[in-house]
This record gives sequence, structure tokens and C-alpha cells, in this order.
Amino acid sequence: MADAGTPVLSLKDVTKTFPGVTALDAVSLDLYPGQVTALVGENGAGKSTIVKVLTGIYRPDGGEILLDGAPVRFASAQDATAAGITAIHQETVLFDELTVAENIFIGHAPRTRLGLIDWPAIRARAAEILDRIDAPLDPMTPLRELGIASKHLVAIARALSVDARVVVMDEPTAALSRKEIEELYELVERLRGEGRAILFISHKFDEIFRIADRYTVFRDGQFVGAGRIADVTEDQLVTMMVGRSVDQIFPDRDKAPGAAVLRVTGYSHPTEFDDISFTLRRGEILSFYGLVGAGRSEVMQALFGITKPSAGTVEIEGRARTIRSPSDAISAGVVYVPEDRGRQGAIIGLPIFQNVSLPSLGRTSRSGFLRLAEEFALARDYTKRLDLRAASLDQDVGTLSGGNQQKVVIAKWLATKPAVIILDEPTKGIDIGSKAAVHAFMADLAAEGLAVIMVSSEIPEVLGMSDRVIVMREGRQVAELEGAALTPEALVRHAAGIGAEKAA
Amino acid sequence: MSETGLRDSSLHRHLPDRLEGRGARLVKSWESLLLAVAIAIFVANSFASPYFLNAWSLSDATFNFTEKAMIAFAMAMLIIAGEIDLSVAGIVALASTAMGAAAQFEVGVPVLILVGLGTGLLCGAFNGILVTGMGLPSIVVTIGTMSLFRGISYIVLGDQAYRGYPAGFSWFGQGYVFWVISFELVLFAILALIYYVVLHRTSFGRTVYAIGNNPTGALFSGIRVARVKFVLFLLTGLMSGVAAICLTSRLGSTRPSIATAWELEVVTMVVLGGINILGGSGTIPGVVIAAFVMGLVTFGLGLLNVPGIVMSIFIGALLIGVIALPRLWTLWRQR
Repeated sequence: MADAGTPVLSLKDVTKTFPGVTALDAVSLDLYPGQVTALVGENGAGKSTIVKVLTGIYRPDGGEILLDGAPVRFASAQDATAAGITAIHQETVLFDELTVAENIFIGHAPRTRLGLIDWPAIRARAAEILDRIDAPLDPMTPLRELGIASKHLVAIARALSVDARVVVMDEPTAALSRKEIEELYELVERLRGEGRAILFISHKFDEIFRIADRYTVFRDGQFVGAGRIADVTEDQLVTMMVGRSVDQIFPDRDKAPGAAVLRVTGYSHPTEFDDISFTLRRGEILSFYGLVGAGRSEVMQALFGITKPSAGTVEIEGRARTIRSPSDAISAGVVYVPEDRGRQGAIIGLPIFQNVSLPSLGRTSRSGFLRLAEEFALARDYTKRLDLRAASLDQDVGTLSGGNQQKVVIAKWLATKPAVIILDEPTKGIDIGSKAAVHAFMADLAAEGLAVIMVSSEIPEVLGMSDRVIVMREGRQVAELEGAALTPEALVRHAAGIGAEKAA
Repeated sequence: MSETGLRDSSLHRHLPDRLEGRGARLVKSWESLLLAVAIAIFVANSFASPYFLNAWSLSDATFNFTEKAMIAFAMAMLIIAGEIDLSVAGIVALASTAMGAAAQFEVGVPVLILVGLGTGLLCGAFNGILVTGMGLPSIVVTIGTMSLFRGISYIVLGDQAYRGYPAGFSWFGQGYVFWVISFELVLFAILALIYYVVLHRTSFGRTVYAIGNNPTGALFSGIRVARVKFVLFLLTGLMSGVAAICLTSRLGSTRPSIATAWELEVVTMVVLGGINILGGSGTIPGVVIAAFVMGLVTFGLGLLNVPGIVMSIFIGALLIGVIALPRLWTLWRQR
């Protein structure tokens, strides 16, 4: 396939910033008719943001979008659909209670002359489209009766029903079986054959090389490179993806782990993770690396008593413990700083000092009665150590930036004087300054003898902060790396299963 | 208030506890606005009717709200925690029926009280188990138990009524502690104080706010969310039992239609008092003032011979008006 002329859709120097974060920094992306372009990048590279810009959900702060060479602006998702851009998401955005046909035509249903919905036409056209993609589905089946693979087919049918020229597929194979993936590939090839431009977002190298014609690599919201798949190797792509960013400096640490604090053996869950075993030492930072959905957070939430493991033992400071609830975990000395800061971490609506004191109310109160002076003192101590930026301790945490909210959540847990602190994506979506503060603080904590577990998808952070890294893939512990073996390439290979594929 | 203190880099080093003093916060509060409304209604009433400013008639007026307000205190905590109990009037009916049935066996006053409180607690526990144990939405559960509890009263009583309460029992609803100060008014004041302390001065109260603002975050902070909610349902049941004792004592009889539609008046009182219906904020003083506002309005309109139907229209308009006022004020200032 020769270079197929001009791109149907081009993004030029598109920038998108959120308070404290630059999600996209002057990135460019070209999509050609009849070609599949793979968008490659680590978590946080800006892939999801670009999908939202393309589908009209976010408006870029700078740069332009060119459709057939002419600049366009998408004020809404409808505008993007009207321009012929459709997205098939990771978790497909469809309506469980509607039928297949209704899902395909929702928002652009054919009308009768009276302006009513033309049901016979919907059924007929839905059947026709489903037939075209060889989808063995009855248009009148309620969507909730279908599996994920069939739902993807419905989403694709929906894309065809609007005659989309650009189809965005955001990790479409993440939840599919091998056979379903093969069927999806055939469909992608058919769409390509019809001259549609396809943006294919994936973490899996085998499928990128199998299906894509071109690639574009983003890293930390910046454009790194683009070209034809035929001209690169796996290793080159990996290097482009993980290439060290120079502006992040991690604190120096004396790595001298002490006695074992936490020993987890054969930890398993019916669906999320299987046979996880590790030992964590005092003063150590142990990282869990893996792709989104590898089961890392689930392991941590089980350790914190949110989800119930089906097998395995947990030993904390030499004592076997059964953790059934977060309050059990807290009294055993294990605390968890969740990834979903707004929902699980901070109590938005309550002031800073009340957030900090919440799990420590037993200490700051006397026979059940609050002592505000103690609460303020506690909050002041811990927020000061984290260099919290706020106007006062009585300020609603909801008014703080993401980074400062994270500092409040960490302060809340440190105030309980834990033995083990688990940080789940501690710097995701926070600004560089807060990131550095959190990193420096983690190093301090380890130096003071606290045992730290960090779940992170950011390779520089994993490399810069960890003593040891456990890599998880599909719920299993696939590698444990430290010292010289701890390289970005090794992390990516184990997480994506490249090594395993080659060995097989 | 600016988002963060970034303008001045030294600011974060001395984080003040609060920016505003107690006085400034008080002036800006919902409770102050409500108090102004209460005073306005009081003044308007005293101009509208020559019978209003009379110690005994004002004392009578307090019966318009004391019993409902007792339930409203517990309901306020439940709503702050993000749940609701619409079965409270049904609990009053069932508790009153249970006491009436017990009275037929000529039991003493202490036993009647225990029956009233016990029925309330059992009903509250039933709601609490359905909501926290089975994870059902409280609005649906308590609409169901609302009919269930009152339905039992109808089955037991039909078109009959229980009378024949012992002589000493009437004191709870008809007795006066001192001059015009009724027992109910004193109980209302004591309960207001207790609920104020529990909600605003104890760590239990703090967890109620945390749950209402973010139940997941509260769980992740080690709070036993289900247990706290269960206790709140128990308290609401118990307070409905207390209200049932006062009301039954005051009326001297029990019909199954007793306290009909009280759940709506209780919720109105709570919302008027500044409790966020979505949970997370509001205070007991707000509910106390709202109780007085509603009592004054009904009493004032009663003196002017306004029929009950019109009164409920007025209460509805008042509720919407008071809630819309701050929103209109901000919209107007933004123009």
C-alpha cells in the first residue's frame, strides 16, 4: 500500500490543558483513508484525551483540526458525528435497555413524514448493516442479552449507520476472547477496504503489527514520532514509548530495607487476580507495574479489606491477619491511597482538617466528643510536611487542585501512623510540582522505616522510585525485577507479554 | 475565596485554621436567614391578629411542631447521611396502635412508654436491615414500610379507635412543666440539645457528614458506613415512637389515620432547616428554627381562619421560596 495521498483528518499542534496538567502538548496526528493508524503510548500519554478531542467531547485549547484540509471545530459530540467521526470505546457507550436496532440508530433515527420514528425502516436498515458485517444478531434483541464482543459489533454497526469516514477504536480488544479478536480484525480489514480511516489504540504489540499500516507515538502528552509500521521494529516502538523524559528528577535514596513487615502468600480472587505472593520490608518501596486491568488495584483493595480474596494469607508484622473491612486494615496498620481520588480518597464537601482527622477521630476525640483543637493540630502537622498549598485548613478539599487534594489524602493516612502505606497511582493527573512533592515525601517515608507499596503505570516513576518491581499481567504476577534487570524495556515486555509471545 | 494560596508563596507555611471568625460565618449562614424569616413572620402575625401575642395562645402554637420536630431531628441526621425514612408517620400509627392495644390490658404508664419506644425501635430496625443489610434504596423501602406499618394499624383497628389510656398517661401530651411551658416543649428543647451535641460535637456526628458527602470515600476511610446508617434508622424509629407517645397522650385516643402525611411535613421541616436533601450538609439549629417557622405560619394562618388546604399551599410556597432565595440572590449578583 503506497502512501495514500492526503489525510482525511489531521490534528495540527493540538493542545489541551487541565488545571495543573497539560494533557496534550502541541500534538499532531494524521489519519489516511483506507489505512489503520495505531496510536501507541504509555498510560497518561494523552491517548484518551485525543479520542475525546476527536469525538467533540473536549475542545482543544490550541491548534487546529483539519477535515479534508479545511479547519473544523467540533462544539459537541453531535458535530463530530455529523463530520463522520465515530468512536468505539473500551467500554462501549451503548444502552443496555434498548434493542440492537435502537442502539444503532439512536440520535439519527429515520423519520416518517409525520416526524415520528420510522420503525420498519430502522429494523430493515439495521438488519442490512448487521448483514454487511456478518454479525449474526437479531436487530430486535435487547442489548443487555449480548456479550461484549457482540456489543462491539453493534458499536461498529452504529459507526457504519452514520457512514463514518473516521472510526476510532479505543482498545477494542481489551475484553475480547482470541476468537472474537480474530473476528474483529476481519472487520477492521473490511472497514479499511471500504476506504475508511481507522485510529486503532492498543497496548498490545502483536495486534499493532498485525493490523496497523501506520503508527503514531505519544509520550506524556507530546508527539514523539509517526511513520509506517513496515519501517519500525517492536524494539524501536518500545524505545519511543518509554524514552526517558529528562525533566523529572527523583530523590536520591539510601536503599537499606529492614525487617519484613507484610508477607502475602497465595493471594487469589475468583476473577481479578491469582496466586500473588510477596514480602515487603521496612523502609522499602515496592512497585506494582502492569497495564490497566492487570489486577494491581484489585490486589491492593483486597489487602485494604474492600474486596474479599478467595484464598491466601496475609501476615503483618509477624501476625496472621484476616482483613474484612478497611477499619480492620487500618487497625492492622495498612492504609491505602486510592487511584480514584475524588470518589474514594478525599471527602469533597468536608474541610481539609476534617478530611485529615477522619480515620484518626478515635485519637483526636475524647470519649466520642470531638476536640477541634486536636484535629487542627493533627491536620497542621501532616499538611505542613507535605507542603500543602491552601488558604486555610477550613477550606473545602473540593476547592483544591488535584495535587493538593492528593496531599490531603496522604496526610490523612499518615496521621494514622501506619506500618504499610499503599499508594495507587499516586501522581496520576497531578501537576509536576505536586508530583515532586509526593515523590520526595515517599522517599522520606521509606527512610523513616515505613513500608511503601506503589501501584504505578508511569515508567519513569516506577524506575525512579522503586527498590523492587512486581509486574502483573492479566491477574498474575509475571515478573519481579530489581537492580540491573529493572529497565523500561523489561517492564514493557513483561506487562504486554511480548517475551511470552516470543518464547511460545 | 481564591482557589489556592499560590499568590503568596509564604502563605502555605502558616496555614491558618480558618479564614473567617465565628461571627462572619454565623452572619452568612442559612440559619441566620431563616431566623430573619421567623422573626418577620412573628412580627407580621402580631400585626395581623390581636390574639397572637398571648402567652397561652403562643404556647398552644408550639404543639403544631413539637412532635414533628422530634422526628425531624433524627430525620435530619438520616438525610445528611444520604438516606431518608418516609415511614415515620406509619411508625407513629403502629406505635400508637401498639400502645392502645397494651392499654386494653390495663398496664401501667411505664409499660405503655416501653411499648411505644419498643415499637418505634423495631420498625426502625426493620427499615435499617432492609436498607443497610440488603442494600435496597431507602426511598423505596420506606415507601413500602410506610403502607405496611399503617396497614397493620388499619387491620387491627378497622374503623374503631383505642381509648381508655390510664389517667397518668395524658401528662406527656397535655401536661405543663411550668406556667405555659408544656412538657412537650421541654422535651423538644432537651432533644434539640441532645441532637445538637450528637451531630455537631461527637465523632459519630462527623462520620454522618462524611458518609453523606461521599459514602465510598467514607468506607475507604475506615468508617463502618452500614453500621452508622443502621443506627440512624434505629434513632428515627425511636423518635417516631417518642412522637407517638406525645401525640397519643395529647389526643387521648388512637385511630389508624393518626399522624397522616406527617412524613411530608417532617421532610419539609428538615429541608426548610437547610439540610441538603442530597445529603452532606445542614445543622440542627436550622431544623429548630424551621420548626418554629412552620409552627408560627400554621398558627398565624389559623388565627386568620385560613383553611387547612390553603395553609399547606402556603407552606409549600414558603419552602420553595426560602430555598430559591439564595439561588436568585447569586443569579442576580452575577448579572
